[in-house]
Amino acid sequence: MISEILQTLPQVLVDGLTLGAIYAVIALGYTMVYGILELINFAHGEIFMTGAFVGVAVLFFMSGAGWLAVMPAILALLIVLVVTSLVTGVLGMGIERVAYRPLRKAPKLITLISAIGVSFLLQDIVRFITEWKRGNYIVTGPQLFDSKIGLDFSSIWSHFNDAILKTSSVILLVSAILMMIGLDFFVNKSKWGMAMRSVAQDRDTAALMGINVNKVISLTFFIGSALGGATGVLFAMQYGTINPYIGFILGLKAFTAAVLGGIGNIRGAMFGGLLLGVLEMFASANLQKLTGGVFTAEYKDVFAFGILIIVLIFKPEGLFGKAVTEKV
Amino acid sequence: MVLKKSLAVVMASALSLGLLAGCGGESGGSSGGKVIKIATQTPLSGGSATLGESIKLGAQLALEENKKKFEKMGFKLQLVPYDDQADPKKGVSNANQLGADTAVMAVVGHLNSGVSIPSSEVYEKYNVPMVSPANTATDVTDRGLKTVNRIVARDDFQGPAGADFAIKTIGAKKIFLVQDKTAYGQGLADAFKKAAEEGGAEILGYEGITVGETDFNGVLNQVVAKKPDLVFFGGLYTEGALLIKQAREKGIDVPFMGGDGLDSSTLVEIAGDAVKNVYYTSVAADANKTPEGQKFASKYKDKFNKTIESYSAYGYDSMSVVLQGLEAAIKANDDKLPERKVVAEHIRKIQDFQGVVTKVGFDDKGDNKFAKVYIYKFEEAKYPGKQEGEISK
Repeated sequence: MISEILQTLPQVLVDGLTLGAIYAVIALGYTMVYGILELINFAHGEIFMTGAFVGVAVLFFMSGAGWLAVMPAILALLIVLVVTSLVTGVLGMGIERVAYRPLRKAPKLITLISAIGVSFLLQDIVRFITEWKRGNYIVTGPQLFDSKIGLDFSSIWSHFNDAILKTSSVILLVSAILMMIGLDFFVNKSKWGMAMRSVAQDRDTAALMGINVNKVISLTFFIGSALGGATGVLFAMQYGTINPYIGFILGLKAFTAAVLGGIGNIRGAMFGGLLLGVLEMFASANLQKLTGGVFTAEYKDVFAFGILIIVLIFKPEGLFGKAVTEKV
Repeated sequence: MVLKKSLAVVMASALSLGLLAGCGGESGGSSGGKVIKIATQTPLSGGSATLGESIKLGAQLALEENKKKFEKMGFKLQLVPYDDQADPKKGVSNANQLGADTAVMAVVGHLNSGVSIPSSEVYEKYNVPMVSPANTATDVTDRGLKTVNRIVARDDFQGPAGADFAIKTIGAKKIFLVQDKTAYGQGLADAFKKAAEEGGAEILGYEGITVGETDFNGVLNQVVAKKPDLVFFGGLYTEGALLIKQAREKGIDVPFMGGDGLDSSTLVEIAGDAVKNVYYTSVAADANKTPEGQKFASKYKDKFNKTIESYSAYGYDSMSVVLQGLEAAIKANDDKLPERKVVAEHIRKIQDFQGVVTKVGFDDKGDNKFAKVYIYKFEEAKYPGKQEGEISK
């Protein structure tokens, strides 16, 4: 049994990290907004989905205009990423302005409902537009990268099998890591990042210190949504096919990842995402062997979420979260 | 004023004429004989209108071919097409309407099992016999209604038929099953698994995935490790296509097989070239495979200037079955118009009717004993696949 698990381990890790990277970048969007507003922005999964659709639309436009054939794939991807990030970033800002800002003084629950409303709205708007334009809301975009790389794990240790890695996975992983490092740097080192952190700590005092709170919150939504949209593009690259409902389950898992890492904590969200991805992939590949066939892969979420519950029992603030002392 | 008055007069006379005609019908009128109406109930608008329309046209063709025969017997056949909009509520309200019309002797329909099940409760109440060209849900006939019949195979035969083909024709010995945890997917996979085990194949794994997810690499890693020679998927095309695509990316190039849930052009669109070497079962035969079917297709083309759809010939055969039952009922009733109940009994009695695509013989539940499941294979990234085989009970 152990040797069987070991054999597939390299491939499981590769697949798990790829899935985890997607969770992680989406989790960043949840955790940033929560850190600043203490609002769970449930529309974030739908922003990710919108990003995937915008990205595929841009790709279709570029291939229609004949640009895809003449430029290197990586440049095309870069253009798509930038355009999509701008679109979804502005979309996120707009959502904040229309659906959250008027409710900022209202109880938290009201804003949460408003967020759920926005997410349904986005799903159906995207479905409507796609069906209207293409006649079918399931869209398969053009593939920029379809080669594979064989990873020679068996030469490292003979118990391992070789793994196959798609080029798009490499690009996904690299882009996700770049985005995460960039964000970490921005939040911790730049002036705007400092403003964001101060608003997160105490909004009123930050305002007294001359920080434009509304601007900072807008910026937070812009960055979070831009990252979400960009992840959508990477997702469309990796899996090829998108539909307006991909945001729901992925958003839920990413939110879980954010909680696992400690909601409000950016590094925690990254780690939580990667951990959840690997756990899930490991469970779906090995649960049957581990339990002697009693539980099969369909219980992978039970396994992953069971671990989440155990973590939260012993560390309710999440792996990287700081325990908050109640203000009196 | 004058206009209004004259309109009223016209209306009134039309109404009385209608009444008279109605009386005439009841008492055995003279010119052209009594009117017998046969209804069709299929979606003629909305997303599945193409299929619904094709069933109606098939039925219409059969009815028109039989018109002369019935005229000699003193009856005038008439087709009344209803649009059920693929909506159970609309189907039931239509069923009430046509049930109340005593000239309607039978119904050909529906396309959707979900519409058929509630509507047939109404038919049973009015004793209107129904012959379905396309319903596969087990519940359609399992309720034991006297009026309900179908000429296609049942859902629970797809799994065993697939297993039979997989073992005997493809030669699969080691099979890995994946299902999507829905009633349809799991039911299909369970039926396949049972039949495959009985057929002597070894089941290497039985795993579930979640509808709505997009990454199935975890399950596929197991498939890679187990090295089966066939993977069966119980589920629909959205997940199926992604599963097949990701499997091919992992280098799993063994045949895949699935039920009619994979029977969709979207499968090909999503999976692209990965769709090669994928088999799926369907209850509808490719009519173009047989000479009779080809003859039907060209007749259909001449008349309606359209190419046949998957259920056109089933619409035609359903109508032919209805008319045969009706004819037998009339003969048994001394060439007078029988009650609907009697027509229903005579339709159920049909044992060896040879239609264009299928032979029809009803068992005591109204299922067709000769219904077959057809196996299709994608040889290239093009929908539909090629018909590879047929499995009968």
